[in-house]
This record gives sequence, structure tokens and C-alpha cells, in this order.
Amino acid sequence: MIAVVQFGGSNCDRDAVRALTDLGFEAERVWHEDPLPEETTGIMLPGGFSYGDYLRGGAMAARSPVMNAVREAIEDGIPVLGVCNGAQVGCEAGLTPGAFTTNASARFQCEHVYLRVENADTRWTSAYDEGDVIELPIAHGEGRFEIDDEGYEELEADDRILFRYCDEDGNVTDEANPNGSRGNVAGILGDTESVAVLMPHPERASLPELGSTDGRGILSGFEG
Amino acid sequence: MTTYTATVTVRLKRGVLDPEAETTKRALERLGFELDALRFTERYEVDLDAADADAAAERADEMAERLLANPTIHDYEVEVVEA
Repeated sequence: MIAVVQFGGSNCDRDAVRALTDLGFEAERVWHEDPLPEETTGIMLPGGFSYGDYLRGGAMAARSPVMNAVREAIEDGIPVLGVCNGAQVGCEAGLTPGAFTTNASARFQCEHVYLRVENADTRWTSAYDEGDVIELPIAHGEGRFEIDDEGYEELEADDRILFRYCDEDGNVTDEANPNGSRGNVAGILGDTESVAVLMPHPERASLPELGSTDGRGILSGFEG
Repeated sequence: MTTYTATVTVRLKRGVLDPEAETTKRALERLGFELDALRFTERYEVDLDAADADAAAERADEMAERLLANPTIHDYEVEVVEA
């Protein structure tokens, strides 16, 4: 059962459950003050505006008690995926390196973007080939990935960058970078391959009615 | 125990882009002001009881380290005065 952790202010939790269910997973929302169910086999930190984005996006949720349970689950090898606000929570909680901060445009950006698959050899990306271009929506004001030089080099050396913003043909350019992220980074792995975060929304691109089903492969990563 | 006010100032590390500050700078320029640069900081004033100023500073420092600042993008400083 995939636990979609619902914080006060999460708003993509239902979408996530619906998308996961459509993929054949058992999924349910778990309120952040409740313990993770024993049968939890995966955890999704959904998008939204937990705690009203007070202080910084994800800062409060990252320090809530449920995150200790999430850390324990990671130690047990349970896969964790953070999307959008969930990605901010993941970085703020130190599950993944770096930070997602104010877009270079200083505006909330809500649009479809193209992503180039940088590493197809992970559970979250094995549905794609390296170099594939997929289309997913973004909807964030704080999505600019920042990390120091050393951290960035480490991410590259360890092949932990999953996706970069690109144009329709897969060219990673400044013009195709919607938020000023370092290296056009849109999604990364944590210390282990079982933990991943990304700013774009795979759950919003998982049903034919939504205009793109390119996100299904990412969510399928819960299967391992 | 003495009551202190610890002021924690959090600012972006040099070199980290600050779009809000840039936008604010442009707005000031539109109003006719001349300026070279503008930086944006967040300042927290924390009232707390501690045995001495060092203990108060240490606690405020830990607050900054664990929540008020994000060490990936922020520097911070702590100043303590008796309230």
C-alpha cells in the first residue's frame, strides 16, 4: 500500500491516489499526524502548500513528526517519492541534497514543460530510455534548484540527476529552464536510489484526459 | 535566569540569486531612486530565558541551524541582548 502523506495544505494528495490507483497500486491518503500503516510499501509526499509555505516551501512539514517515520521507512528500503511541495519537503528534511527556492522569474509558474531523462537506470526512470523527452506540468513559485558547487559535482558524478528541463527536442538550454534551476535540474535521487524528488507533477500527467501520460513511468517506480 | 532577546538574521549566501530583491531593486529604480544593489534579509527576534548570554546565543544558533535558515542557501548571524 502506498501512503500518500497529507499535510495541512497538501492539495495534490487526491490526484496522487487516483493516479496510483489507476496504475494498479493500492494507495491511500495518510494524515501526517497518524502513524504510517504497517502495510506501507511506498510513500509519496504530494504537492501543495503545506503549512501555507510559511518560512520556506516545505520547511514546516519537513520538521513534522511523520518525517521521522518516513526516515525509518527509508532505512527499511521503502521507496519515497516527493513531488513539488513534496520535493521541497524532501530537500528541507535532508532526504535529498540542495534546496528548491524562489523561481528566477519571481513568479508562480504553471505550464507544461519538457524533461530529458538523464539516468534511466533507476526504479523511477526505468520506463524510459536515457535521453527520452517527456512532457509534464509544473506549478510552483519555489522550484529553482540550488546547490553548492561541491554538491552539484557530486550529484553529477554519482549520476543522481534524474531529469533536466529541456526543449521539445531534448536540448538543455536556458530558454527551456522555467525557473532558473542550476543545471536545469528538475529531479534528483537521495542518498539511495529508493528516494527521489522532482518539481514537475507526474500524477497530473497520468491519465489520457490530462493531455499527457508521460508521468506514469515515474509513478510505476513504486513497483521497483 | 535572565531574559534575553536573540536576533537571528538570515540572508541568502553571496552568489545565490534573489529574484525578490532584484524585483524590489527594479521597482525602486522605477520610482527614480539611484542604487547599486539591494539585499533582502529575514530577521527573527526571539525572547528567551537563559542562564547567560552565551547559553541564549547557543540556543538561538541551534534554532537557526535546524529551522530558521536553510544551510544550503543561507548564512545567518545571531545577536543577543538582555531584554
